Amino acid sequence: MNREDFQMLNNDIVYFDNGATTLKPKCVVDEVVNYYTKYTANAHRGDYDISQIVDSKYETVRDKVRDFINAEKSSEIIFTKGTTESLNTVVFGFMNTFLEKDDEVLITKSEHASNVLPWLELAKRKGIVVKFIPLNENHEVTVENINSVVTDKTKVISLAHVTNVIGDVRPIEKIGELCQNKNIIFVVDAAQSIGHIPIDVQKCNISFLGFSAHKMLGPTGIGILYGKYEYLNKMIPIEYGGGMNSYFESNGELEYKDLPERLEAGTQNIAGVLGMGVAIDYLNSLGLNNIHNYEVELKKYAVTKLKEVPNIRIYNENSNSGIVIFNVGKIFSQDLAIFLNHFGICVRAGNHCAKIVKDEINVSNTCRASFYLYNTKEEIDKLVAALMEQDKIFDIIL
Amino acid sequence: MDDKLKRDIILDNYQNPMNRGLTDNSGYIKVNTRNSSCIDNVDVMAKLENGVFIDIRFDGEACAISTSATSIMIKTLIGKTISEAESIIDNYEKMINEEEYDPEVLGELNVYDTVSKQPSRKKCATLPFESIKKIIALAKEER
Repeated sequence: MNREDFQMLNNDIVYFDNGATTLKPKCVVDEVVNYYTKYTANAHRGDYDISQIVDSKYETVRDKVRDFINAEKSSEIIFTKGTTESLNTVVFGFMNTFLEKDDEVLITKSEHASNVLPWLELAKRKGIVVKFIPLNENHEVTVENINSVVTDKTKVISLAHVTNVIGDVRPIEKIGELCQNKNIIFVVDAAQSIGHIPIDVQKCNISFLGFSAHKMLGPTGIGILYGKYEYLNKMIPIEYGGGMNSYFESNGELEYKDLPERLEAGTQNIAGVLGMGVAIDYLNSLGLNNIHNYEVELKKYAVTKLKEVPNIRIYNENSNSGIVIFNVGKIFSQDLAIFLNHFGICVRAGNHCAKIVKDEINVSNTCRASFYLYNTKEEIDKLVAALMEQDKIFDIIL
Repeated sequence: MDDKLKRDIILDNYQNPMNRGLTDNSGYIKVNTRNSSCIDNVDVMAKLENGVFIDIRFDGEACAISTSATSIMIKTLIGKTISEAESIIDNYEKMINEEEYDPEVLGELNVYDTVSKQPSRKKCATLPFESIKKIIALAKEER
């Protein structure tokens, strides 16, 4: 849908690496350019017209994000540079003081590095215990499996909403209910689901949520940390400086601002924030449910068609998102990606930054095609046609 | 060397690489090297006697360029002294980086003289040489 809005598609490429980053519609690019050509100014500062424009736009985006994930308050929305910063801020700004030695954090082996390494680092520093929730035969999380490993020491469950390799959609509403009943903090990495599936942080009892704008049609370098006010207000800032203090004196007397400013020290990525706001408007105009249904339709079509390719192995046939991971015969995934590049098809090869998912799917490297709203069945046909030429791979890549 | 011959040599070394499989025998120096693009993951082990490579072996997961380059490197370096190896490594890296080099010392490694045209593959072609450089550094420390 809406292919004409995406100028990158004029470059004669088939872009199937949306799990890594998405293309940007013209309206988002225009808004970023407008900030740099029509109203360049800092936010929260000036007494002149363009500064007021920027300030108002900046805070309006916060409200848009609030509504986009159905948060209760705008002050629960913090601008970060992306999911990685958001999750690290949760771990090192909140969990670092909230958790005690031997407290347990539950994650899975299909999490992205940014939802594994901060926890492992905190385990080294504080002696918390990181446990892996067992996955079922489709590599999915179930409430039963979570219950099987929850103990009275379990303080946190931290999961991707949609995983970036297998692409399974986690039942976050049910998991949120479980967390509420057992008084567990629920952290959600929404990097792969934001802009693909509606998220309601209140309905799902989510304590903290992180995502990046660039995976939902927005600019790079901007993202969101959502925190339920009671938790976010206890967060200890990692950065100190301008914009986050009310006053300070040479005798050490000082006071920090309230949320959200307290957690946004320094000048923020204003162009990114404004671009993200337009991306949210754009996604809302299309409807997230329509987008999700279309992606699932593309995925089903891709699986059916790819099965006709000799020697192909698909590892995540059943997952309900727009991600397909596969290998062809004994061809190394990177060689296959380079081969597909020859046909103008962009896919990602490797372990996709989820380096322990290999324990689950018993293969360390795959090719990943990840679809988004502007992809088409015709593009999938091109992928299939290229893979049918697999016998020519070494003539092409060597 | 024409392109077809180069391709045949690379493909042969990819499909039937020299000395694939590690050994538990003693006297080897072993290192692990991973491509920073987080895909290739290769172990290389070498045995030196009186400063001469008498055996080099490898195992791991890597692409066609990286695997074949490991195989050809092993063929080239076995029987060479550390200083001869250092000269080969130096000239090979210059070739990959499009600097002036001496093709005479490189033998079959000359099949990679056009890899520089595909910048994304430079790391693949130099990966085994990262391993052998680590091994040489460790061997010098041991002395």
